[in-house]
This record gives sequence, C-alpha cells and structure tokens, in this order.
Amino acid sequence: MNFILESLRTAISLILAFDKEVYQAVWTSLYVSVASTIIASAIGIPSGLLLSAREFPFKRLAIVLLNTLMALPTVVVGLVVYGIISRQGPLGELGLLFSPAAIVIGQSILALPIIANYTLSSIKGADSRILPTAMTLGASPTQGYLILLSEVRFGIMAAVIAGFGRVVAEVGVAMMLGGNIRGYTRTMTTAIALETSKGEFAFGMALGIILMTVALAVNLLLNDFQERRG
Amino acid sequence: MTSMETPVLKIEGIKKRLSNEFSLDVPYLEFKEGNIYGLIGPNGAGKSTLLKILNLLEAPDEGEIFFNGSPVTPSNLVETRKNMGMVMENPYLFHTTVFKNVAAGLKFRSTDKGSWEATAKEALGLVGLDGFESRYAPDLSRGESQRVTIARVLAFKPKILFLDEPFSNIDRKHALILEELIKKINRESATTIVFTTHNLIQATLLSDQIVAMREGRISERGADTETHIY
Repeated sequence: MNFILESLRTAISLILAFDKEVYQAVWTSLYVSVASTIIASAIGIPSGLLLSAREFPFKRLAIVLLNTLMALPTVVVGLVVYGIISRQGPLGELGLLFSPAAIVIGQSILALPIIANYTLSSIKGADSRILPTAMTLGASPTQGYLILLSEVRFGIMAAVIAGFGRVVAEVGVAMMLGGNIRGYTRTMTTAIALETSKGEFAFGMALGIILMTVALAVNLLLNDFQERRG
Repeated sequence: MTSMETPVLKIEGIKKRLSNEFSLDVPYLEFKEGNIYGLIGPNGAGKSTLLKILNLLEAPDEGEIFFNGSPVTPSNLVETRKNMGMVMENPYLFHTTVFKNVAAGLKFRSTDKGSWEATAKEALGLVGLDGFESRYAPDLSRGESQRVTIARVLAFKPKILFLDEPFSNIDRKHALILEELIKKINRESATTIVFTTHNLIQATLLSDQIVAMREGRISERGADTETHIY
C-alpha cells in the first residue's frame, strides 16, 4: 500500500512540476488522437448516414462487416498498416513508419467503424418524421440530411467521443506503428507500458492520472453539450 | 374566388399502388390559385397519399404533375417543392428554439439572414404566438406546437399550402381558432389551401371546393353545395 501511495505522490509532483517527458507524451497522445478522430469522423459520420438513409446492394453485408470491425484488435490494425507502410510495403516509399502520421492512419482505422456504427444507430433510432418534415419545408436532400444529423447531434457527439476514447486509450497501434520513440511518437499509453516495465511505476501512474483526467474532461464536455438546448 | 387562370397545381393520370388490395387512381384534378379545397373521405381513402403526391414527397407510379402549367420533373422537383408548404398530421418540431423552427424554411431557401427575425415574428404573430421566438419547441403544448408548425410554413409564403388532418388532434376551441386562421391566410395572401378531413361539415364551412375520396378514387367533386355524400 505504501508503495502505491508513494508512487502516487511522486506522480502528482511530476505532473505539478510540468515534467517535460510526461507532457511530451501527453501532447503526442492528444494530437494523434484528435487528428485520427477528426479523420474517422469525416469518413464515419457520412458513412453511417449513407448506411441508414440510403438503399444499395449488399447493404446488410456492409452493416455486418461494420459491426465486426467494431471489435477489431488494435494489433491486427497495427500489423496490416505496418505491412502497407513498411519499407517493403506498397506505401513504403513515403517513409511513414514510426512517425506520428503512421499512428494517425492506424488509429483512424480503429475509430472509423465505431463512429460509423454509432451514427447509424443514432439515425435508425431517430424520429421518422424528421426527413419528411425538412422536405415539406423545401429542403434539398443534402439540407434534409444535415437537419437529420443536427437532430441526432447528441448521438453523433457520443459517436465521436467513443471514437476518441478508443484511440486515446489504445496501445497496440501506437506501439507498432509509432515505435515508441521518445519525444516523437511516444504516447501516454506506450509510455505507461514502457516505464512500468522498467520499474518507473510513478511515471506510469502520472500518465495514467492525466489519461483519466482527459477522459473525464471529454465526458464533462459531452455532458455539458447534452444539457444545452436550442 | 374561382378564376379562369392556369391552375396552380394539376395532376393527370396519377396511379400509385400501395398494396395488393389498395391503389390510388386519380385521372384528373386541379387546384386554382386562392381557393380552399377540402379533401374528405373515410380512413384509408387515400387522402394522405394523394396529399404527399401533390406535395411532391412521394412519386406516383404513373401520371404527371403540373405546377403553374409546367410539368414537374426530377430536375425541377426540389425547386418546385419550395413553392409548397405542408403541415403533416403529426407534425414534428425540430429540437431547438421556436425561432429556429420558423426560420428553417427560410434557411433552406437561402433567403437573406437579416430578414429571418422579422419574418419569423410576423408569422408567429399571424398564429397568435407573439413572443414565442426563444421558447424551446419541444416544451410547447399540443395546440402551440401545431400553430408553430403552421407559422413555420407561413414564414416562407408558399403558393400552395397542404394541411393533413389539421383538426384531428385538437379540441373544438383550437379547431375554431384554426378554421379562422385558414380563412385569414387564404384571404390575406391568396394562398391556395388544400386540407384533408373526415368532417364533412367542417369541409363544407371552409372550402370553395370539396373533393370526396373513397377507396383511392375521387367519388365526387364540386362546390360545397353540390357535394352531398362520399
């Protein structure tokens, strides 16, 4: 018990002292996670909308595939993207491996099915009168879909938060594609894994506290958004 | 109030199969500018389906629709629909303020944003809801909600206004208010109004023309004094 309390005290002092290594990992984690969430949202939200609102061949198959991809193991994504961007891979010439961009690619793939699926569920559960109402008011199909998304905005927000939660807490993709390079691709999760294995439990705990704080802040933000009206 | 001008809306040879047992079959029907039309008939007569076809929300299997003498085609459908407004039987209010609801149609028409406030105020005044702009729409009572849905349509000044069973969910007091409102809209803006109802007396009191429907077909049509049964 003493060991844990002592580590906790050291962790807090590392946070309060703005330890460079801790905050570098925090910064890397945040920017790759935000970037991948933005990319996954830009593709996932329209995909979810398309899957729910339009009819096309093999739609059911696409939905089953999307559900399956929700449980995609991070190491599998890491492995596949590694194969594509490594020196021998088709995109090897771009030199992306072990860079933040590589993590962003992998994490976008991880978050995409989650955001698309949550969007799909939100729209399926939405009031069936929304789209016809918009059309009776003169909306074009695009304007109608935008109104529909606006009406299910809390569900969409939850989709984005779930996608962010998935990527900010994952370790497989960041480790395999980023390489855990200090000050460059080291994220909070890869740093926790590394430092704990080295016996630097307090350092890992400091990052763990920040990771939990980020999760709390994001959820508070969502809660505040849901409370708002108008 | 009848005129010899080109009908604002005309349908020819409209057929729509809804099930093995039921299909809509309307060889010819026209609506002249500034007239009020009551579409009467029992449940399942096809009134709402016809209204959706007239409002270009549903495509017929066969037949043509003309707006101001020009045929409605897929390429001009959205633009043509902007001349029409419809209040559905169970209207939906967007989960935002009354103002944003009333301004929705103006937004879809890309009208000058600076004029929205005055237009919304005027439309709300017309339905007796002055000062309701900042209220949260889903919090309104049923009667208030219905009047907001009418104000929302009036705001963009449609040439033709469709009301699907406007009296079905309100008490006698609100029905009288609505009857007066329909007459006022028609009198002040020469808007063509088409409404559906089960109530022959109400249709007789309000309409210039009554169209009686039965089993997907027009069983009788004429001025109120000429139509006796359906």
